[in-house]
Amino acid sequence: MSNFSLKNMMTRQDVLGFFVLAVLLLVIMPLSMDIIRLTQFGKYLSFAFVAVGLVLCWGYGGILSLGQGVFYGLGGYALAMFLKLEASSPENTAIQSTPGIPDFMDWNRITELPWFWEPFNSFTFSLLAILIVPTIFAYFIGFAMFKRRVGGVYFAIITQAISSILTILIIGQQGYTGGVNGITDLRTLLGWNIRSDYASYVFYFIGVALLFVCLFVAQFITKSKLGRILVAMRGQEDRVRFSGYDVANFKIFVFCVGAAFAAVGGAMFTLQEKFMSPSFVGIVPSIEMVIFCAVGGRMSILGAVYGAILVNVAKTYFGESFPELWLFAMGLLFIGVVVAFPDGLAGVYQKYCAPTVDKFLDKAPLFKRYSGDSSYSGSSSSHEPVNAS
Amino acid sequence: MFSDYTATELGSIFAMQGFAGLILFAVFLLMALGLAIIFGQMGVINMAHGEFMILGAYMTYLTSNLFAEYLPGLFDAYFFVAIVVAFLASAALGAFVEWAMIRRLYHRPLDTLLATWGLSLLMQQSYRSIFGAREVGVRIPDWMAGSFPVTDIVELPINGLIVMLIAIGVTFCVYLLMFKSSWGRRVRAVVQNRPMAGAVGINTAKVDRMTFALGCGIAGIAGSAFTMIGSTGPSAGQQYIVDTFLVVVFGGAASLLGTVASAFSISQAQSTMEFFLGGSMAKVLTLMTVVIILMFRPQGLFTLKVRK
Amino acid sequence: MNAATATATNTDFVLAVEGLTVSFDGFKAVDDLSFYVDEKEIRVIIGPNGAGKTTVLDLICGRTKATSGSVKFRNKELTTLKEHEIVKAGVGRKFQNPSIYEDLTVFENLELCYPRGRNVFGALFFKRDAKVISKVREVAEMINLKDELESQADLLSHGQKQWLEIGMLLIQDPDLLMLDEPVAGMSVTERKQTAELLRRITNDRSVIVIEHDMQFVAEIADHVTVMHQGKILAEGSAEKVKQDPKVIEVYLGH
Repeated sequence: MSNFSLKNMMTRQDVLGFFVLAVLLLVIMPLSMDIIRLTQFGKYLSFAFVAVGLVLCWGYGGILSLGQGVFYGLGGYALAMFLKLEASSPENTAIQSTPGIPDFMDWNRITELPWFWEPFNSFTFSLLAILIVPTIFAYFIGFAMFKRRVGGVYFAIITQAISSILTILIIGQQGYTGGVNGITDLRTLLGWNIRSDYASYVFYFIGVALLFVCLFVAQFITKSKLGRILVAMRGQEDRVRFSGYDVANFKIFVFCVGAAFAAVGGAMFTLQEKFMSPSFVGIVPSIEMVIFCAVGGRMSILGAVYGAILVNVAKTYFGESFPELWLFAMGLLFIGVVVAFPDGLAGVYQKYCAPTVDKFLDKAPLFKRYSGDSSYSGSSSSHEPVNAS
Repeated sequence: MFSDYTATELGSIFAMQGFAGLILFAVFLLMALGLAIIFGQMGVINMAHGEFMILGAYMTYLTSNLFAEYLPGLFDAYFFVAIVVAFLASAALGAFVEWAMIRRLYHRPLDTLLATWGLSLLMQQSYRSIFGAREVGVRIPDWMAGSFPVTDIVELPINGLIVMLIAIGVTFCVYLLMFKSSWGRRVRAVVQNRPMAGAVGINTAKVDRMTFALGCGIAGIAGSAFTMIGSTGPSAGQQYIVDTFLVVVFGGAASLLGTVASAFSISQAQSTMEFFLGGSMAKVLTLMTVVIILMFRPQGLFTLKVRK
Repeated sequence: MNAATATATNTDFVLAVEGLTVSFDGFKAVDDLSFYVDEKEIRVIIGPNGAGKTTVLDLICGRTKATSGSVKFRNKELTTLKEHEIVKAGVGRKFQNPSIYEDLTVFENLELCYPRGRNVFGALFFKRDAKVISKVREVAEMINLKDELESQADLLSHGQKQWLEIGMLLIQDPDLLMLDEPVAGMSVTERKQTAELLRRITNDRSVIVIEHDMQFVAEIADHVTVMHQGKILAEGSAEKVKQDPKVIEVYLGH
């Protein structure tokens, strides 16, 4: 169908943006880094999934979730539980008083695998759980809140409370969850050693591929009529109802998509870092994920990726060299990006670089034939300045 | 969980935990009061509210040290001086923050949320640089450390009683200020119709600043109360922010009575359950109950039906 | 609400409002109101400020929930429906202040209101086909905005925004159109153009208009309903209402 062609979905600037990002992630990074740094970089990319989801929820839909860590964590834990069970075979855990269950359960004098761990013996179930459990959870939260027309700061606070509750629960129930250390010591995936350099490369590229899947889905959503409904809803929620739309359903949908993206990111984190812990679920990590998105530009899905990378690189650098400065830097970043640069990196790019790039593209032979801007394409909606959120 | 205890024991446990929860109630109430005033006035959620509380706690700590050093004879009374110092320090910082940051972000409530979070990080790191990363404790004057025996096993802690009285006193003052003074009338005028209030000559910018300062100042008083139940550390405030938000929302953001009722029920529920289930599960259950209730009744406990 | 619903009878009217009441904390903004609108009738509601005119429209379109009474549109009870369901039933509403999607272009504003793909997946896979484009162009032509299709809507003048909102209703093709002060805040020329536009679009549907401009009212109205303190003060042709001493006293003055 002509409507779903590349040209309707992407302007030539978008095409260029995707292309540059692909080259960066698939060629430049793997060639310029050793595998340890590359895996660390892969960890940053796992946060990009969350940031892209937040562009949809927050930038487009005006729904600020301060609980994305919940979905990131659920996705990560779902995979970690499967890997932990594989690592806890009776042979591997023969020295425990109850062999065949994860070590932390044994330490907490649990003698039987809890019922909700049982299904995670199945790889298929675990893969499905990564996507489905967080999405269903998001659906319930969204349904309960949006159908009753709760939004804005109330929604932000409730999601924050949920992330707080989940963290306390995970830490408190250490016999079932591994507690504050999380689920660690993951070794193999279907018998395959996940600690080898080769595996690390494979996981990195899988992560990049999945990230691009999410980016394309996000791009499709933002360029569809649904994307424009979200933008319309952000400013004039009431009016959208009188154009015949059930506003709550659209919010629930986009919140679920954001949750699913975050969950995939969480699972990629587990694969690359070989552990999952409550320190990625709570209030602080959840709100940091929002800042990744804000730094990149809340209306730009590619910006979100760069935002996640940049903030995390800075965090690692400052955290290693000047730990006492990091909180100051982070605090100033929150304030600065909100007060002075509400459109983030993408806004700066739009203002200073995009016109030059456009001129260049006019001359580039590759792009001459690609006139992405068919008439009435809704490109305007994605780049307007933020005036209300 | 109740079956292990006799009826009298249960009664005593509830009474003891109830009294123990009084300080928590006072902290929740004062924190929520400040948040609710600010939120009601300008729709701003102050994520740094916990840090303003901790500022009050540090001020209380400093005051107690000063008294111990220079005025040991008056040490018994330092707490009351500390409350005033805590209020003034937090209020002054609040007024500055409003001027420097908040007023640029009106009409962007979600952004204010993020910016004040950034502020909270700055404040935490400042405390760490100034006061050190270690938590500090305040020495409670002897007369406040004791307790009244009520029955054989039930005792009423004096500091809890005093702190609660202060909290209720502050609440009453806020009520008088908001509903009986001309300043309160101006505040309510701005809340109801900002452009019109401006048009009849109310300096809305000044009202905003004073309101924000007042809310932060009350958080400072909460900090004084806080020194009675916990040790003061750079990031101690962050642990209270979610609870306090839920207190505000649960009470219905616009209702003073609702805030008192919800602070009381949440602190008491948490304190009582703590005895049976341990701290973390008590907190989980309390928060979860509140969140679930809010999902079914998002307007909170006390609200009015108004014409749109 | 239920008792009234049960007793309300089916009629031939497009819209039958019976015993409609809403109270806010004891204050009855609309008080036991009943009126009927015929097929293709143009009904104008006038009355002093605070008479409850806008609240009546809010009640019909589901923005405010009625305390009691019934609103039937083609014998379908509206008081129990949600806003978007009422729109789907065929009722369109224009608000007093131009209420358009300022972040979108004029084209996108109109397209968003095109009655297709209104659920989540319908919107996700909505196809901008020739039919949509030609319909949008047709409506844009009607509302004098065919040269502004690519402009962002917040750049339009006040009058153009009013037209755009009317256009957004037209593309919904409602059977009942409700307009809240469509010419308020317009210049004299814009006013004339709008009157012209309204005459054209009100041909084949029922319309409820709230308006203050008596000359404008006399020009377009089939029937006039005068409201005062939540109740109906008078009803009839524009001429008849103008002569009514009660109306002159509370509303028209002099």
